[in-house]
Amino acid sequence: MGPLLTVNDLHVEFKTYAGIVEAVRGVSFELQTGEVMAIVGESGCGKSVTAQSILRIIPEPPGKITGGSILFDDEEILSISERKMRSIRGKKISMIFQDPMTSLNPVLSVQTQLTETLCRHTGMNKHEATRRALELLDLVGIPAPETRLRQYPHELSGGLRQRVMIAMALSCDPRLLIADEPTTALDVTIQAQILELIKEIKDRLQMSLILITHDLGVVAGLADRVMVMYAGQVFEMGTVDEILKKPLHPYTWGLLRSLPRLDMTKGQKLIPIWGQPPDLLQRFTGCSFLPRCDYAMNICVREIPEAFGLHRVRCWLEHPQAPQIERKTGGTLK
Amino acid sequence: MLGYLIRRIFSALFAILIVITVTFIFMHAIPGGPFQSEKAIPPAIKANIEARYKLDQPLHIQYVDYLSHVVRGDLGPSFKYRGQTVNGIIAERFPVSMQLGLMTFAIAIIAGVGAGIIAALYQGRIPDYVTMFFSTIGISVPSFILGTLLMYFLAFKWGLLPAAMWGTPQHVIMPAMALAGLPTAFIARLTRSSMLDVLNQDYMRTALAKGLPRWRIIWVHAVKNAIIPVITYSGPLLAAILTGSFIVENIFAIPGLGKHFVTSIYNRDYTVILGLTIFYSILLIGLNMFVDFAYTLVDPRIKLTGGKE
Ligand SMILES: Nc1ncnc2c1ncn2[C@@H]1O[C@H](COP(=O)(O)OP(=O)(O)OP(=O)(O)O)[C@@H](O)[C@H]1O
Ligand SMILES: [Mg+2]
Repeated sequence: MGPLLTVNDLHVEFKTYAGIVEAVRGVSFELQTGEVMAIVGESGCGKSVTAQSILRIIPEPPGKITGGSILFDDEEILSISERKMRSIRGKKISMIFQDPMTSLNPVLSVQTQLTETLCRHTGMNKHEATRRALELLDLVGIPAPETRLRQYPHELSGGLRQRVMIAMALSCDPRLLIADEPTTALDVTIQAQILELIKEIKDRLQMSLILITHDLGVVAGLADRVMVMYAGQVFEMGTVDEILKKPLHPYTWGLLRSLPRLDMTKGQKLIPIWGQPPDLLQRFTGCSFLPRCDYAMNICVREIPEAFGLHRVRCWLEHPQAPQIERKTGGTLK
Repeated sequence: MLGYLIRRIFSALFAILIVITVTFIFMHAIPGGPFQSEKAIPPAIKANIEARYKLDQPLHIQYVDYLSHVVRGDLGPSFKYRGQTVNGIIAERFPVSMQLGLMTFAIAIIAGVGAGIIAALYQGRIPDYVTMFFSTIGISVPSFILGTLLMYFLAFKWGLLPAAMWGTPQHVIMPAMALAGLPTAFIARLTRSSMLDVLNQDYMRTALAKGLPRWRIIWVHAVKNAIIPVITYSGPLLAAILTGSFIVENIFAIPGLGKHFVTSIYNRDYTVILGLTIFYSILLIGLNMFVDFAYTLVDPRIKLTGGKE
């Protein structure tokens, strides 16, 4: 059986007053059934846009998917009708967003927001959908589900709201769940609980998961594979062990030094990557990481690096003729 | 909730008392009186009439006397129109103004909200520009000009509707359109901007990601949020339409309450001025209370407790 999801050479642009922002520039990856892939990268590198393209929920205009292919379950997402797409959204692929405080509709009850998805996709009537909604709230660990069902988002805490979002996303047994920084907006203790929940549910329901996160602890604990993004491109891709222990791209080294991890010892400092991520309005003639790279070579100025090897490392250092250098990842992960 | 209601009613009564007092004072401060006219009345007769209506008594006695009647729900007799009471005038004329007002309100809400939603959904495209063009006109053209234009075209030129007067349902349409011009335009703008704001909210992306059909995303998820500012505006709007229609009532010769209110001021018809002021105040306060309750139906975040939570 082939992969559940195959994204090939995806391009996404946004028309702005300043010009055309090329947010995603040829992203390709595959995802197997039951597999968890983490997407990491600095803010603005195109993680969310990539994820939202899979559901085709890029705001259009100003956004537009300008090229590439997204095969899901042997179906070309980018060429099916909007009507067909709507029957995939929330049913086969669903998404959890970063901020549970703003992602639920403030004037609709939890019940309405949960049952509308069920009624839409499963043909259940209101009564059956309500019963299923209660089971779902129970599944995501919400106590007193009957009470919660009747409440509105403002009556729930952030953690509870994110649980409701998860219940909503899981309601139709999706084959793929996309979680875009599901814990970023929550307090630390709640973060751990929500992650535990996602992990448990993913194991129980045998679905694939795309997890966007800035937390390497989450990556280490949950992901099978990691995709590292920079300026709309995939810079490196590999298993968790490979990326966390033997990263090949200088950007990944910097990223590992700059991001917090759950297993960090006290006093260990985070070292940010110096400089700014590039403006995505520009086209590059060389490597987009060049101005911030400590290992830049002549060729990096002139030519965009290819994706080398199995891990598709976009760096001239991976070229067979490149000089050998010492990696500076700043401590290893267990 | 009950405590809140009782507090609201008390503060309303207090507000009405202040309105009565201030109107009473100002009314007597304007020169002239109800029984003054160009034709000189013999002083004896004038004194006689004034004694009948207790106008010869000191002001504070008149004030207390008036209040004691108002409390019993009696707004007194008209000074100008013999044999008519203020209660009778309201009962006869308010239904006319109310019909006109409700029709105007319905046009303003339906057309305004509808146009606003369409403009927002087609932001930056032709339907948006057309809506905003007409709403700019609607906001800048006063009701008497709109009324006159409508009268010229719809009645005289094309003969579609009766030009003036009152009686059949057709008579309501034109004055209601003239009155609705400004509020429709305002509501269209209000709805448009509120809708644009809502369309950019995170929960709209959630609704889309759930695979809901487009009509449900717009009419349930967006409009229910976008309508909230319109509700805020609708209370004062309805009050303004009901009380402020005298110009249009005059143009179209409609026997409504607004027209009579203005006449009563010229006439120094003390009891009618006071009575209608009280009536309008109660209407205004009542509508505002109604809006506060309507809120809780649309926006679950609002609870009527009246104080700090
Ligand atoms: N609606 C939009 N209009 C214009 N540009 C946009 C829009 N949405 C995204 N972009 C551009 O696309 C780029 C990628 O954005 P994206 O949201 O995918 O970043 P991200 O990797 O998810 O960042 P973060 O970690 O902050 O969530 C950004 O640089 C941004 O400028
Ligand atoms: Mg993002």
